[in-house]
Amino acid sequence: MLSNEQRIELYYWMQLTRAFDDLMVATWRGGRGLGGVFSQRGHEAISIGSGYALAPEDVVAPMHRDLGCYLLRGMAPVRIFANMLGRANGVSRGRDVNLHGAGDLGLNLVGFISHLPHSLPVAVGVAMSFTYRREARVALTYVGDGSSSAGLFHESLNLASVQKAPFVLIIENNQYAYSTPLSQQMNIADIAVRAASYGIPGVVVDGNDVEAVYAATKTAVERARAGDGPSLIECKTMRMLGHAIHDGAEYVPRELLAEWEKRDPIVTYAARLVAEGVADQDELNEIAHRCAVEVADALAEAERSPFPDAATVTEGVYAP
Amino acid sequence: MNAAVVSANYGFAEAERSAVEERTLTYIAAISEALREEMARDPNVLIMGEDVADPFGGAFKVTKGLSDEFGTRRVLNMPMAELGFIGAATGMALMGLRPVVEMQFADFISAGFDSIVQFAATNYYRWQGAVPWVIRAPSDGGLRSGPFHSQNPEAWFVHAPGLKVVAPATPADAKGLLIAAIRDNNPVIYFESKPLYRSLKGYVPPGEHVTPIGVAQTMRQGDDVTIITYGAQVHQALEAAQTLAVEGIECEVLDLRTLKPLDEEAILAAATKTGKVLIVHSANRLAGVGAEVAALIAERAFEWLDAPIARLGGLDVPIPFSPPLEDAYRPNAAKIARMARELARF
Repeated sequence: MLSNEQRIELYYWMQLTRAFDDLMVATWRGGRGLGGVFSQRGHEAISIGSGYALAPEDVVAPMHRDLGCYLLRGMAPVRIFANMLGRANGVSRGRDVNLHGAGDLGLNLVGFISHLPHSLPVAVGVAMSFTYRREARVALTYVGDGSSSAGLFHESLNLASVQKAPFVLIIENNQYAYSTPLSQQMNIADIAVRAASYGIPGVVVDGNDVEAVYAATKTAVERARAGDGPSLIECKTMRMLGHAIHDGAEYVPRELLAEWEKRDPIVTYAARLVAEGVADQDELNEIAHRCAVEVADALAEAERSPFPDAATVTEGVYAP
Repeated sequence: MNAAVVSANYGFAEAERSAVEERTLTYIAAISEALREEMARDPNVLIMGEDVADPFGGAFKVTKGLSDEFGTRRVLNMPMAELGFIGAATGMALMGLRPVVEMQFADFISAGFDSIVQFAATNYYRWQGAVPWVIRAPSDGGLRSGPFHSQNPEAWFVHAPGLKVVAPATPADAKGLLIAAIRDNNPVIYFESKPLYRSLKGYVPPGEHVTPIGVAQTMRQGDDVTIITYGAQVHQALEAAQTLAVEGIECEVLDLRTLKPLDEEAILAAATKTGKVLIVHSANRLAGVGAEVAALIAERAFEWLDAPIARLGGLDVPIPFSPPLEDAYRPNAAKIARMARELARF
């Protein structure tokens, strides 16, 4: 049962994620960005709700569309903006782009590579290391609906199940793999049914309801921590912008977007908090304002930060 | 493979030879010994792979007895899904474990290629997450095993930034390089040579024996022609050198031992010593490791050369099964001797 303070925290983290995302999109559209970026708009309830159900010692391997998860686990916004701008103080020291390579084991975050779902077996291996060392920790990772078509999805979940790994998989079903709709990707209504073939629980939740995502993840995390093995959670949502910043997503029917706009995870959660007397609108406005200032300061600092020295290009290929 | 020719003491000092007799191991036993000793030394070392646990103990029995000794917690049988379990090994390594992953055959490593070259190899450079795993890849042919159980895919991995690649030729290095690979904080591909498994015996130092990664070894001294090679072809080169010595042609034989990073100084020293260089490997010649070695010598020792650099490798065809075809595909002592003789006369 979430306390009022926790519910306001959930709102704060989602709002911080949205504020960062909005500023990022505006900055890149305004031509001040570098490389591509991926908006998380519409997915905030998934990365915040699931990430909030974890303990700090648990390990997460987020993907490129999980900005909220990085923020929630303590990655400073300036480090993320600096990464996106290729600066020396970015998470990857200018080595990797946007939220790729934004790993930091100090925050128990595993960095992402483009090849989806390659973080999936890696996160299973992280979970296997906990079993090996008899540690009561859990590993969690995210994939999209697109990833569920890859053979590695099957290899990884089968391995996790056989090994009874303390592992949770969140599927962010956002209707489209780049431009390809679900109907051209699979012949089933719910990806979660695939869990049955691994003998593990699979549930479908409303990916725009942060408390539903939190509750489902908490159940799965507790099961994993108790030694009962992995779970799969399919969060249904909608990708509200294009695949990446360059993509206008003209292939998505506008009516579909309008329908999902009414289900915006942050707007609906704010209304719920007010309706249930957890917070008043002024309080929530104040949080939103605080988030906007926080990310604006972070962007300004990142833009002032130096680029890496070209002479360092060959440094750090190998671990000492 | 003439084991008698290749079971010399490989340069170990005379003083060490008193222990040689009782410390003579097969190449495969040396690999098993390295695994057993490192597992005993470091609780973070574990084994993963298909069929590796007892009672089966692996397709080639390299891991036989290890799960009985250390338990199935540390010797994990994997489902037949190389891509998945190599990825899992990366996750375990990120948490500080040191998985030694067995490919049943080096040929099957292509199933895990993505995870190796994209995830594991790039990880430290991108976000400083070290990946200290080893993949053991039983490679090479001459065993009439056909296109999918005979391959030498080392060049793919030498081309991938962030990996280290080793290929021991002797029992001592089979042990010493595996120990070095396990202790290295980076992903290392360890190409072990199937044709040497039981045909080759040699002295293996007892206890802690580490062959440093990145250091080549001179296997034979000579002033006329330099043969640079690695893996099973080291022994073909030594056999050829012995044949040529009878004819008065003395060959320098350099065993690269590590393919990435290359021991550039040793290569250049060996090349400049004779001015005539033959590079040999079982893998197909086209864009093989030998091409890089040749380029290095051409770039940095051109003025020392007295003849064009020669290369001998497999043909650019899938490795054929039938004996006359495989023999036509593959370098051997007779072919090496023929090319080295031509170089000597150049």
